[in-house]
Amino acid sequence: MNDIHNQRRSFLKTSLGVAAVTVAPGLLLFDVAHGKSEAVSSKVRWGMLIDTTNCADGCHDCVTACNKENGLSGGLAPTDSQWIRKIEIKDVSAGRSFALPMMCQHCEEPPCVDVCPTGASFKRADGIVLVDKHRCIGCRYCMMACPYKARSFVHEPLHNQNPDVPRGKGTVESCTLCVHRIDAGKQPACAEACPNKSILFGDLNDRNSEIAKKLRTVASVQVRSDLGLNPGIHYQGI
Amino acid sequence: MNLMSDQSLRISSPVVLLQMIVRGYLRMDLKVIIRALLVMCLLVLCMPSVWAAQDTPYKLDIGRGGQCVRDPVWMRKNHMHLLIHQRDEVVHKGIRDDKISLKNCIECHASTKDDSVIAREDSFCVACHRYEAVKIDCFECHSGTRKSVWLQRNAK
Repeated sequence: MNDIHNQRRSFLKTSLGVAAVTVAPGLLLFDVAHGKSEAVSSKVRWGMLIDTTNCADGCHDCVTACNKENGLSGGLAPTDSQWIRKIEIKDVSAGRSFALPMMCQHCEEPPCVDVCPTGASFKRADGIVLVDKHRCIGCRYCMMACPYKARSFVHEPLHNQNPDVPRGKGTVESCTLCVHRIDAGKQPACAEACPNKSILFGDLNDRNSEIAKKLRTVASVQVRSDLGLNPGIHYQGI
Repeated sequence: MNLMSDQSLRISSPVVLLQMIVRGYLRMDLKVIIRALLVMCLLVLCMPSVWAAQDTPYKLDIGRGGQCVRDPVWMRKNHMHLLIHQRDEVVHKGIRDDKISLKNCIECHASTKDDSVIAREDSFCVACHRYEAVKIDCFECHSGTRKSVWLQRNAK
């Protein structure tokens, strides 16, 4: 009885294999190209831990990488978009100075989302704060609400955008935590580009992730934590 | 009674023409039969151009083309519903199904000459939308170029 079963099983396996080989080439190629079919979940909360003690003075690699990835001009005029800035801070009384990258802090309670009149500003389930540019009317209320000055408005028509990063005149934009890269299983461009590995990106909710472990062991702060917004970006050494 | 003068105003339908031939035959009127046959011949000769005109009355570069995610006739009428649905799925829920996505449309339908769906008058999106006088603003933000080609152009 078992023998027959095994024979039947192996026969089925072989025929399935043959069928797969004949049908697969087209289908498989097509299947590989598929992205995620599941919605992002709130079990994940993306965040960063930025080690300012490692962040080199005068190094702008994260800014350059961000500009390249998202197609920003890199200009510093008030009308140019800046998603991430390098900030030099000096404690005047002690004389200590250091630098840190500052961008959208991806708050748990984002004020930009609170004030948006059209629902364009929103927080994705996995904690990334985004602008749905299909709904943004360019009122810039969110820019005023943001305590981190993280958002920019596109003043001029744009051309030749990255197909993965649509940007356009008349809408507000900010750091997306490279959402298109995260959805593809990659790291944000700035974290990947940092020569000193000062930007640690990961899932704050996963106790075993590198970022969660480091947050448990080193002293870190959130900028303007007094506002109670619980930003996803943590800084070490400030 | 002159049959032709009555009927000549409504010879639009082949059925009418057939009726004319039959009536002409019954009345043994050769003139009527010949006229009806001539008109029919003319109509038949015109058929190919009429068919062609009904398919696309404008020049359209469909790019690489191939198997679409839905039937092309359905797509012509409903592609905007698919796009608006998937745009919300992607932006808000992060469901990036490559099969139904603007990027995937562009991947197949960007012209093989300039890798764009919007660069020329007969480009895939432009040709129809110009003909139908429907202005779209998708490409004020979205790229109309194939991702692979965009990467090559911006490799520096």
